[in-house]
Amino acid sequence: MTDFSRLGVAAIRDGVAKGEFKAVEVAEALNARVSAAKALNAFIVETPEKAIEAAQAVDADRAAGKPLGKIAGVPIGMKDLFCTEGVQTTAASHILEGFVPTYESTVSANLWKAGAGMLGKLNLDQFAMGSSNETSYFGNVISPWRRNDGSTAALAPGGSSGGSSSAIAARLCPAATGTDTGGSIRQPAAFVGISGIKPTYGRCSRWGVVAFASSLDQAGPMARDVRDCAIMLEAMAGFDPKDSTSLDLPVPAWEAGLNSDLKGKRIGIPKEYRLDGIDEDIAKMWDNGIAWLKDAGAEIVDISLPHTKYALPAYYIIAPAEASSNLARYDGVRFGLRDLPDGAGLQDMYAATRAAGFGEEVRRRIMIGTYVLSAGFYDAYYTQAQKVRALIARDFENAWASCDLILAPTAPSAAFGLGEKNADPLSMYLNDVFAVPASLAGLPAMSVPGGLSKEGLPLGLQIIGKALDEQAVLNAGLAIEQRSGFTAEAGEWW
Amino acid sequence: MSEYRIQGNTGEWEVVIGLEVHAQITSESKLFSGSSTGFGAEPNSHVSLVDAAMPGMLPVPNRECLRQAVRTGMAINAQINRWSRFDRKNYFYADLPQGYQISQLYHPIVGEGEIEVTLNEKDPDSPTKKIGIERIHVEQDAGKLMHDQHPTMSFVDLNRSGVALMEIVSRPDISSPQEAGAYLKKLRSILRYVGSCDGNMEQGSMRADVNVSVRKPGGELGTRTETKNVNSIRFMMQAIEYEAQRQVDLIESGGAVVQETRLFDPNKQETRSMRSKEDAHDYRYFPDPDLLPVELDDAFLEECRASLPELPDAKRARYEAMGLTAYNAAVLTAEAETAFWFEDLLAEGVDAKQGSNWLMSELFGALNKMGKTLDESPINPKQAAELLGLVADGTISGSIAKQVFEIMLETAAQGSIMAASAIVEEKGLKQTNDTGAIEAEIAKIMAANEDKVTEYRSGKDKLFGFFVGQTMKAMQGKANPQIINDLLKKVLG
Repeated sequence: MTDFSRLGVAAIRDGVAKGEFKAVEVAEALNARVSAAKALNAFIVETPEKAIEAAQAVDADRAAGKPLGKIAGVPIGMKDLFCTEGVQTTAASHILEGFVPTYESTVSANLWKAGAGMLGKLNLDQFAMGSSNETSYFGNVISPWRRNDGSTAALAPGGSSGGSSSAIAARLCPAATGTDTGGSIRQPAAFVGISGIKPTYGRCSRWGVVAFASSLDQAGPMARDVRDCAIMLEAMAGFDPKDSTSLDLPVPAWEAGLNSDLKGKRIGIPKEYRLDGIDEDIAKMWDNGIAWLKDAGAEIVDISLPHTKYALPAYYIIAPAEASSNLARYDGVRFGLRDLPDGAGLQDMYAATRAAGFGEEVRRRIMIGTYVLSAGFYDAYYTQAQKVRALIARDFENAWASCDLILAPTAPSAAFGLGEKNADPLSMYLNDVFAVPASLAGLPAMSVPGGLSKEGLPLGLQIIGKALDEQAVLNAGLAIEQRSGFTAEAGEWW
Repeated sequence: MSEYRIQGNTGEWEVVIGLEVHAQITSESKLFSGSSTGFGAEPNSHVSLVDAAMPGMLPVPNRECLRQAVRTGMAINAQINRWSRFDRKNYFYADLPQGYQISQLYHPIVGEGEIEVTLNEKDPDSPTKKIGIERIHVEQDAGKLMHDQHPTMSFVDLNRSGVALMEIVSRPDISSPQEAGAYLKKLRSILRYVGSCDGNMEQGSMRADVNVSVRKPGGELGTRTETKNVNSIRFMMQAIEYEAQRQVDLIESGGAVVQETRLFDPNKQETRSMRSKEDAHDYRYFPDPDLLPVELDDAFLEECRASLPELPDAKRARYEAMGLTAYNAAVLTAEAETAFWFEDLLAEGVDAKQGSNWLMSELFGALNKMGKTLDESPINPKQAAELLGLVADGTISGSIAKQVFEIMLETAAQGSIMAASAIVEEKGLKQTNDTGAIEAEIAKIMAANEDKVTEYRSGKDKLFGFFVGQTMKAMQGKANPQIINDLLKKVLG
């Protein structure tokens, strides 16, 4: 009997289409795996009935000879930042606990239309704020990976899409949605040895996605290989008139366009990413990546992105500023948590509700954001950060004169242990150092497995491309995938 | 324009006024959602997911609202900004679901313009003054709190949440309550002409924030107060009067004006403090990251310009050129609906002078008596044109026309208006040009009033009118007055 947990998106889709197995069989198998993996805490809500329902519809369509969607029969996980009609949507917060939307996000609706089914809502850092999935109101997500020293220390699956990364690495689902504001797809993908792509800003509609930082938030897929990411992205992307920042462009056939021959492509290696004291394993993996791309026919060029060092501070001004405003709607008036102490007035209700409903990291970012937007500080912080953002974008523009893609590490280290960094927000924020520039510039960027650290933990290589050139990013990812020989898996300890 | 001065104990004081007018943009749907903007609906029946700021909802600009703002800007000769942007104004209140109002602080869609006002728009000799407009920006309205529905709770109605407003900000060029009134009237007239706002202050589609300060004539500007949400022209004038006097009294008694937000109480006709500068919100304005900048292209601007109607000042000049008196031209153009009615009349072939005189005396008189506005007129321009046509072609006299008009109104009141020609026909009111019949009546009247004939012939010219009246009476009003005149002149010598 087929072990459906070993099949990726393409394999399930093709098997269902060819009639090798029924979509319902896949859904049942993965429902069982999800249900048996509670120790990972990857899901906030499990929706086995949704997965079965979608699978039955696909099987019926196939039996009736109707055309099947792009990912027909593939059960996936849905990050709990996407509003799902009739299914609780929390953004991993207490303030939205019990909130059941009457509407479906555009991206999730696109996926269901393409024949996917929902295994459940995936855990994440609260309001997507975090890099280790330790800020969820519903508890930490545990990475399926463990260090090779026999230790059973729980490791971070990365964040904010930590439920997505953990579930895919543990083979609970072949693919999942993620969102990336400053690395929230790429860093968790790197931490668990899977692939994930953040497309160009505007490719995927933000409608129905709980907002963190509107000018940066971008949905994207996470899966176990590059092809599966391409398939998922094709199903998720597309113009949405309900999102003013959505790009009115056709969705390219990324899967069909996959081609790992990189002849004629120039790969830029940004010298500013080679930080002092860079992790040895990371440096080695990066060198391997360079060699693999050369082997695929690409030309390697040294480039400079001179404003890189300002990216992280600028990001940690812009993102909290937007968040402080985006999260104002969680006020206890219309939905979600309401904490109304005896005799409280409106202001007291706001204070009590928001104090009780938001976790520490969310409160911290709301306060940072409020501060940088206040009278007297606005120019020094927000305006300045916007200028930096423009300079970062210009750095990339200048770089494209001499290269077509950029190769860099995804994160500065392998996964760290839960509890190791959460006492120090700054060291946690530093995890985003390589991811944030592409977010600020709105560029497509992908993480693919690049090897293992000395402790036997996955490391990720990041490919950054020109705006709208997801195809080149995916192709370079594929070239690495074909050469890295990355087959390591987490042991099934749970 | 007006030398408005407040006489204080220490001498004269000048008043400096600036107005921020919030005008609801006429549009089917809200500024960033597809919900209806209809007035008077059940609470919370015009609320979309976007208006209620549900998680993940995004604003999409309604192009019609932007178009109306641009047209309004063009109507006051303002600079139209091809590149503008929406900003968020952040504050918490239960009627503000997003926790911020989407507005335009840094880059408004319309820049500087001006409006020429006259203290008495119906008096052509009244002096005029140009009031500068600083900007017009587009923003969302908030919802409404209802405090009288429950003993311990307030209810929220979000029907207005997200409705598009234009904020029209004047320069502090206004120096009396009368000027402020004239400005607001003129602005409302322009908005109605353009069709960008219905100007209905009772329903809240137009309201003003009034900035007032006082100073010694020509001196340094004083500290201003802002009186919020004044919803009638009369109240606004009262608020200015009260507030200016209050400030003068305060300063003269050794106090100082505090920069603050105030409210006008129409019952007590006074303003009172709402919150001071110290309590002022820090709105943390920043560009709304959910929205792209608004960029207007040539085709859009061209369409806006082409769709602008003739505006009141241009119309008035044209009416004067058509031979109307300055007064008539001013009255007819003061309100868009009057001008449109008048022009409908002209379109039916009515002579401009005849039409304007009839409209202003007969129709306005009748409407006034009935307590109706022109919008509610029981007679439409086509029906009126038929009546006036009968006068113009000599079928009936002007005085018979008055009778016919009255019958038209009566029949209208009874449910079905009778056409002027049908009335003339049915009542036999057709004017006679039969000189023989008229001559016969004149002969009888002269015979019966020999003394008056003698008096007339000995120089008492005034008696001519007596003979005209008697003849008309004998003819039951149906004789052509010109023929009576001619015949009388001939026989009386």
